[in-house]
Amino acid sequence: MSSMAESAHGTEAHPDLVHHFESLPAQKEAATFGMWLFLVTEVLFFGGLFLAYTIYRNLYFHAFVQSSRHLDLTLGGVNTAVLICSSLTMAMGVHSAALNKRRATVVWLLLTVALGSVFLGIKAVEYKDKFDHHLVPGEHFQGEELHVVGDEVRQAQIFYSLYFAMTGLHATHMVIGIPIILIVAWMAHRGRFSPEYHTPVEMTGLYWHFVDIVWIFLFPLLYLIGRHH
Amino acid sequence: MSEHIVSPRVYVGVFLALMVGTGLTVFAATVDLGMWNTPVALVIAVAKAMLVVLYFMHVKYSSRLVGLAVGGAILWFVLLIAGVAMDYLSRNWVGTPGT
Repeated sequence: MSSMAESAHGTEAHPDLVHHFESLPAQKEAATFGMWLFLVTEVLFFGGLFLAYTIYRNLYFHAFVQSSRHLDLTLGGVNTAVLICSSLTMAMGVHSAALNKRRATVVWLLLTVALGSVFLGIKAVEYKDKFDHHLVPGEHFQGEELHVVGDEVRQAQIFYSLYFAMTGLHATHMVIGIPIILIVAWMAHRGRFSPEYHTPVEMTGLYWHFVDIVWIFLFPLLYLIGRHH
Repeated sequence: MSEHIVSPRVYVGVFLALMVGTGLTVFAATVDLGMWNTPVALVIAVAKAMLVVLYFMHVKYSSRLVGLAVGGAILWFVLLIAGVAMDYLSRNWVGTPGT
């Protein structure tokens, strides 16, 4: 790649500038725009689930309230805080990379991975509780747990289907994000980045913050329905 | 697009605002606001999301092209939800069969 850059830009060109871009800022702008286009598709990917949620919550509100109350508010709240902390550490990681602080970049990125792992661990505890209480949609779903009978048992299963689909898709994004952050941390450790070029750290940051935003909406929508009754 | 270094102070400020917002959401959910519980929860969530997008994701300091992509995401998402909600949410108001 660097030899191609040399052929197009001369020998003084930055080694991370690929030949089809005029300059590093142009290259970075293309990467940022491309990443955002991907995130737009992600918004609509999750959008379908949010739409299904909106419709069924409106149709089966009481069953949704009863189902939501069984979710652990403390664990959900702590997880929200954990994820916000991980967004801060990620932002600090990008910041450190821009300032060429190699060690700080690695530390912040590893902290982000640690917090992301805590989130997934707490999520696993929550999932186990739903399995233990037979709240996984299907044959063995038990409406008594939620004090619902008749049609509302079916409706509560729609809530839990959406709960598992939405939090599951969200968690999948984190499971994908964690190894990406580890790779970027490794690259930072090897001194691959500079103030001029640390695009991989920034793009990973965009992805991670997006995952945080999804949770910012999931938390009140799933955990906080009808809590005041 | 020149690099804009955001001060860690700004990040910590945004972080604190997000934490306060989370606490506020939980508190607001425990208070009976009638029909306003959901709108309040959503307004807080949108405010938190905007802080993340503008500061953590640097959109405040990014090019207009990036802003256009963000605006596009919001526009299509709102169209998706609002288009269908116009039907489903209004059914209860007028008592249309099929709800």
